[in-house]
Amino acid sequence: MVMRRVAIVGVGMTEFGEHWEMGFRELVAQAGLRAIEDAKLAGVKIDALYGGTMAAGRLIGQEHITALIADYMGLNPIPATRVEAACASGGVALRQGYMAVASGMHDIVVVGGAEKMTDVPVSDAAVALGGAGDQEWELFMGATFPALYALMARRHMYEYGTKEEELAQVAVKNHYNASKNKYAQFKSPVSLETVMGSKVIADPLKLFDCSPISDGAAAVVLAPMEMARQFTDTPVEIIASAQASDTLALSSRKSLTELRATKVAAKKAFELAHITPGDVDVCEVHDCFTIAEIMAIEDIGFFPKGKGGKATMDGETALNSTISINTSGGLKGCGHPVGATGVKQAVEITWQLRGEAGDRQVKNAEIGMTHNVGGSGATCVVHIMRRAD
Amino acid sequence: MNGNGVGIVGYGVYIPRFRINAEEITKIWGEEADRIKDGLGIHEKSVPDIDEDAATIAVEAARNAVKHSGINAAEIGAIYVGSESHPYAVKPTATVVAEAIQATPKLTAADMEFACKAGTAGLQCVLGMCAAGMIKYGMAIGSDTSQGRPGDALEYSAGAGGAAYIVGKEKSEMIAEIKHTCSFTTDTPDFWRRPGADFPSHGGRFTGEPAYFKHVISASKMLMEETGIGPNELDYVVFHQPNGKFPLQAAKMLGIPKEKVVRGLVTPMIGNTYSAASMIGLAAVLDVAKPGDRIMLTSFGSGAGSDSFLIIATDKLEEKRNRVKTVESFVNDKEYIEYGKYVKYRRKLKSL
Amino acid sequence: MTGTGLALTWRRIPERYNLIGSRCENCGEAFFPVRTICPNCRRRGRIKREAFSGNGKIYSYTFVTSPPTGFELEAPYIMAVIELEEGAKVTAQLVDTDYEKVKIGAPVKMVFRKIQEEGKEGLIHYGFKFKVVD
Repeated sequence: MVMRRVAIVGVGMTEFGEHWEMGFRELVAQAGLRAIEDAKLAGVKIDALYGGTMAAGRLIGQEHITALIADYMGLNPIPATRVEAACASGGVALRQGYMAVASGMHDIVVVGGAEKMTDVPVSDAAVALGGAGDQEWELFMGATFPALYALMARRHMYEYGTKEEELAQVAVKNHYNASKNKYAQFKSPVSLETVMGSKVIADPLKLFDCSPISDGAAAVVLAPMEMARQFTDTPVEIIASAQASDTLALSSRKSLTELRATKVAAKKAFELAHITPGDVDVCEVHDCFTIAEIMAIEDIGFFPKGKGGKATMDGETALNSTISINTSGGLKGCGHPVGATGVKQAVEITWQLRGEAGDRQVKNAEIGMTHNVGGSGATCVVHIMRRAD
Repeated sequence: MNGNGVGIVGYGVYIPRFRINAEEITKIWGEEADRIKDGLGIHEKSVPDIDEDAATIAVEAARNAVKHSGINAAEIGAIYVGSESHPYAVKPTATVVAEAIQATPKLTAADMEFACKAGTAGLQCVLGMCAAGMIKYGMAIGSDTSQGRPGDALEYSAGAGGAAYIVGKEKSEMIAEIKHTCSFTTDTPDFWRRPGADFPSHGGRFTGEPAYFKHVISASKMLMEETGIGPNELDYVVFHQPNGKFPLQAAKMLGIPKEKVVRGLVTPMIGNTYSAASMIGLAAVLDVAKPGDRIMLTSFGSGAGSDSFLIIATDKLEEKRNRVKTVESFVNDKEYIEYGKYVKYRRKLKSL
Repeated sequence: MTGTGLALTWRRIPERYNLIGSRCENCGEAFFPVRTICPNCRRRGRIKREAFSGNGKIYSYTFVTSPPTGFELEAPYIMAVIELEEGAKVTAQLVDTDYEKVKIGAPVKMVFRKIQEEGKEGLIHYGFKFKVVD
C-alpha cells in the first residue's frame, strides 16, 4: 500500500477568548477563511472537510455541525464529516484529514476545529465537559473534570514527590508564552505567587491550574506533498500520525500517574517518523490542567517518569530551553475551546516550523509535535511535523 | 396476643455522627441551656448529614441487623419501614431497603406511619406473619430524620436514627423470644403534621397525661396483667422516649424502679429518634442483657397508641454479641457542629 | 442535571446500592462497573456478576470546592478513587471522615447515602459512598 506524503499548506485561527459578537458559524468562517487565504488556494477546489467539535449539541443545541460549516463556508456539495473525541476532537479530525490525503482519497482537505462555550451558563458548560469522562460513574458521583485531574495530581505527588509549586510553574511558563501570542486568551504573564494563591477548585488544583472556558476556532489546509509548492514556499510535512485509546473512567486504569494512550500513541508516532523524543524541537502538549502537562512530557518521553515537575521548575520546558513546550501558551494560556485545540496545536507548530512565530519563535525549529488528549486520557492523538526542504 | 414462638434473630441500629448540643441552640434563641437540659433531660441530639435521610438510615440499620443475625437476606419474606419522615410521600422506603440488602424480589414490603410507633407497628405485623408461618423471616424498621420547628421546644429534641429487627420462628437462631404483645389505641390529637407542612404541630401540655402517659401506662398495665409478669419480675423496661423525663415518670407511675429504665434510655444523648426511639432503647438493652432477662418494651405513637411487648433473652444473645456496632459505640462516635451547619444540613433555609 | 434519565439510573440500582461488579472467570480479574466483555480475554472471557464486599483503601483523593450542578448543597466534599479489596477501583465520595484521616492507603468501607436528587419533586438517587474505618 502506497501512502502519499501530506503537507500543511495553510493555517488560520481566531483569537481564543469570550466572543460575544461571534457565534459558532462566525468563528468557523473566520478561522477557515484565514487558513484558505494563507494557503492562497485561489480557486483551487477543496475536496473534503473534517470538523472537530465536542459538544455543539449541548452548548448551542446544534448537531450535524459539519453540515452547518460546509454550508456556511460555501463549500457544498463536498463531503463534510464531524469528528468527536471530547477534547481530542480537533486532533482526531486532523488525523482523519491526514488519512484522507495520504490514502489518495482526496487532494485538498480542510480540517477545522471549533467550540462555542459561552452561550450557556458556566455550570452548564461544566456539565457538558463532564461528558468527556464517565458520565454514569464519575460525573454522576460528583466528580467534576478538575476533580479527575486532581485525583491524578494527588497520586503523582504521592508516587513521585511532585510539588504544587511545580504544577504552578507550568501555568507561569504557559502564561508567559501566551503573552507573546496575539491569539491567546490571556495576554499577561502571571507570577508563581498568583497561581499558588488562587482559589482551590479541586485540591490540589487551583483556579490557575485549570484551563479556561473559551470560544474559538482553528483550521488547516492539507495537500499532498507533491502539490504543496503550488500553494506555499514553506510547506510543513506531517511525518507521523498516531492515535490510541484507554479506559473512559479514571478508576478503570491500572495507573493514575500516566496516560497509557499518550505512551502508545507517542511511541507509534516516533516509530513512524523514525525519530526519538530528543529530536523534537517544539511540542504543543495537552495541558488542560497543569498536572496534565507534567504527565505528558513524561509519557511522551521527553523526561523520565516522575521527573516532569522538576524539569519544569528547572526551566527545561521553557521557550528555547531543552525542549520548548506549549509555545502558544498551551490550553492554559492560549485558551481551550475544546474542539479547536487539537487543530490550533497544528497551527502553532506550522508557524514555528515556518519561522513565523515572532517573539515566541523557537530557534532552528525543524521538528515539531502535537499531543491532544480527550477526557481524562481515553483518547490521545499525536502528530509529528517537519519543515519540508 | 401470644408471640407464638416467634423471636428476634437479629437487630441493628444506626445513629448519624453529627451532634448539636443544647448550648448551641440556646445561643441562637436566647434561652438558658441548663434550664432546657434539666427540663427536657436532653443534652444533645444527633443530626443527619446532608446526604442522609430516613431511607439511608434504614438501610444502614438493616444491613447491621442482617450481619448480626447471620441469616441470608434473600429469605426475608416481609419488610416494613415505619417513619414520619419518609423521603417520598408516595414511593416506599421499604423497597429501597429491600434492594439494598439484596432481599428482592421474593418478599412483601410496605411503609408504615403512626408517628413514633410506626416501627413497633411493623414489628407486630411481621410477628404475626411469622407466627402464621407465612414467612420465614420478617424485618421491621423504625427510622426517622424528623424536623423540629426552629425556636420550638422540639428543636432541642428532634433527632435522627434507625433500628431494624429481624424476627423468625427458629428457636436456635433467636437471641430473644417475643413472648407477648398488646396495644392500646385511641383517636387522640396530641401531635400531627398535615401534608406539605414543614414542621409538625403539637398540643403542648396535652401531649403528656392524655396522650403519652395514658397510652404507655395502659398498654404496659395490659401487658403485665395478660402475662402475669409484674414490675419485680422485669429486668429491664424500655419506654418510648420523646425526652429524658417522661420515661422516668412513667416508670414511677407503674412502680418500676428507675434502674431498670435507665439502660434503655438513649434520648438524653441523641435526642428523640421518633419511630426508632423505643427500638434503639431496646437495642441498648439487648447489647448488655443476659440470657433469661425479661424486658418490657412499650412504644408510643401520637395520634395515638402504644404497643407493648414482653421479650425474654435467650442464650443465643451472647453468641451473636459484638458482630456489629453497639448502640453505645454509635452514641460515642460523634462530631459536634454549630447551628449554621445544622441549619444547612437540615435544609431549614427557605431557599433550599 | 443531565444524564439522570429514569431508566438510565434505575438500571444501575443493583450496582449503585450493592457494589455489584463483575469478575472474569477466565483471567480472574475483577471490574467495576459491570462489564459485558472482559478487556483481557474478550470472547474467551466468562464474565459473572459479583457483589463486592465494600472494603477497600483510598487510592487517591481530592477536595471539591466548586461543585457541578446538583451538588451545591454538599460542597465542599471529598472525592476519592477507592481500590477495593477485590482489586477493582471505583470513584466515590468520602463521608463521615475527618480530613486529617484522609490519606492514600487508609482503609475504608462502603456506606449507603443519597448521591443526588432531581430537585424537590424529582427522584432521589441513592448509592455507595465510603468512610474511613479506624
